[in-house]
Amino acid sequence: MSGLGLGSMYGLLALGFYVTYAVSSTVNFSQGSSMMLGAVLCYTFAVTLGWPGPAAIVAALVLSGLWGALVERFAVRPFVRGGSNAWLMSTVAIGIVLENAVLFTYGKEPRNLPSPLVRGTINVGGLGVYPLQLVIPAAALLIALGLHLVSRHTRYGKALLAVVQNSDAARLVGVNVSGAITWSFVLSTVFAAAAGILIAPLFNVAAEMGTLFGIKAFAVAILGGITSAGGVVVAGFVYGLVEALVTALLGSAYNQIVTFALVIVALVVLPNGLFGRGAVKKV
Amino acid sequence: MMRQTNRWSLGLVLVTLAIVSVVLAAGVNAADPVKIALVAALSGQSAKSGEGITRGLTVAIDEINARGGVLGGRKIELIRRDDEANPAKGQIAAREVIAQEKVAAIVTGIETPVALAILPITTKEKVPLIGVWAAGTAITRGANQPYSFRVSAVDELVDKALVKYAMKTFGAKSLGLMRINNPWGESNEKGLGAATGESRIKMAGVEKFEQTDVDMVPQLSRLKSAGADTIVIIGSAAPGAQVVKALDRMGWDVPIISHWGISGGRFAELAGPSARKVHFIQTYSFFGKQNEVGAKVLAALKAKYSDIKGPGDAIPPVGIANAYDAMTMLAMAIEKGGGTDADKIKQGFYAIGDYHGLIKNYLKPFTPQNHDALNEDDYIMVRYEGEQIVPVK
Repeated sequence: MSGLGLGSMYGLLALGFYVTYAVSSTVNFSQGSSMMLGAVLCYTFAVTLGWPGPAAIVAALVLSGLWGALVERFAVRPFVRGGSNAWLMSTVAIGIVLENAVLFTYGKEPRNLPSPLVRGTINVGGLGVYPLQLVIPAAALLIALGLHLVSRHTRYGKALLAVVQNSDAARLVGVNVSGAITWSFVLSTVFAAAAGILIAPLFNVAAEMGTLFGIKAFAVAILGGITSAGGVVVAGFVYGLVEALVTALLGSAYNQIVTFALVIVALVVLPNGLFGRGAVKKV
Repeated sequence: MMRQTNRWSLGLVLVTLAIVSVVLAAGVNAADPVKIALVAALSGQSAKSGEGITRGLTVAIDEINARGGVLGGRKIELIRRDDEANPAKGQIAAREVIAQEKVAAIVTGIETPVALAILPITTKEKVPLIGVWAAGTAITRGANQPYSFRVSAVDELVDKALVKYAMKTFGAKSLGLMRINNPWGESNEKGLGAATGESRIKMAGVEKFEQTDVDMVPQLSRLKSAGADTIVIIGSAAPGAQVVKALDRMGWDVPIISHWGISGGRFAELAGPSARKVHFIQTYSFFGKQNEVGAKVLAALKAKYSDIKGPGDAIPPVGIANAYDAMTMLAMAIEKGGGTDADKIKQGFYAIGDYHGLIKNYLKPFTPQNHDALNEDDYIMVRYEGEQIVPVK
């Protein structure tokens, strides 16, 4: 059960990697920090300012989306335009900047984000679980499904897909390519922020909460095949479950050793990830 | 344009000279303060520990300075550096305060790994290291540590006390250890292993966790199936709280005892109502009847810090109490040794006869064979009641 919950977190973050990669072939390495931002903002609105829960969640998601747009505008676009790969470093850097800014303003002490969904446990097959633990995988699947539907059935989604397929052609037929790329970053940080808000009541809210998550989520994105939306979500679940199983069967000491080693083995066997397609080199 | 620039430069030089001469004059006129550094976690998960230590030191320093300081009128000055619970940052801070600030001694914080990282530096540079919280056995009981002294618990002894308590209070026969994956956790695994070996009790299993682990159910399930009847937590507030929450979820109502790491942060807030189930160790409680020193320190704390209104606000008590007694004895050692170099302070510590302190009446607290002022008879068991730490009845 805990594996599924954590797995959906990895899946959501990895979905963020997928979105920007699909649209612009760039990756936002500050996903872990975006996740933390969502949780910290939600805590600030809900606990510090005492807003009602839903309002705090919406406000946190909107502001996180705005942050995504800023990341794209200042840490990615200038480098992509110049044909440089420096966005690799600049997105890592902007994540560290954010983390430290939060350290200053919010403080480093982990805080508790209360939620009605973790007050009591319900019994699922002899296991006590918080309702939130059931909500998390469901929410992750819904978000992934929503992304799928939006991209197939709305104008914006189709514009995004057009950019994915061929950005020059899309530009020629009047699609706002840079707008589409900005939106992909907004989406990716909103996914991360949603993950942060979902996991916070189970865990805690702290400036450093996203770091390890970000790394694991990138591993998940690669494992799932970063070009497949469904793939990264499934890989998230797989990763989370393997993690929980390793801890339960071998003990916690082996957790990171075994899971990351498995990632390497999986990539050796399936170089494009579990569900990815190999890039076709056009000559 | 050129002339103007020159005038600016000249002005700047004059101002600089003026500042330097004022500083120099001040240096000549006043007796140099004796600087004591605190290198501890002042931010982060264990920020409360650093704040408690600061308060204990400050109350003691205020008293010492009000009495006229040490060595014929030299005031004590506290210099604080944040190690962020990170051994590398602790080392940088230690080197800086030794080289730049010329401190007479370094007081360390809650983190055993940080204290162990600083230790080789203080030994090499001949600066006393005064431990007031970190309980790692090796801090004072390893090889070649001429200048480390401690007024705090010692893991080896804490582990014995925890095992004794688990057997006596809960009738424990099989302990399940949940420990942090770092040198402090390791030190206690060893200590608990030895302590259970001496008693008629066994270890059901040892599980590790990381500082940022989200879910401890898998580890606890292993301990449960191995037959653990009491859980021992060795960790800080945030992961400690995750252990308690995981036990809640599992619906496993098992006695929980803990080393005191959990009291360094917001354990009660993070763990929720079940925080009160955890019995943990401290060296002092401001609750109940206080001795003369206790009443005086509590009054000083209330006067100085507006957030302290009663004994329950003096948290974490061990940080405050250990730091207060350590600082007072350090001043005595400087006075008795007759100087601020490490060997004089060391002899000064050995020369302390009896001291009516906050935690207890110390009788010859330090000898060449023993650099720990507290032992297993000085520990008490407490638990959280809301945000307050109260003795277990």
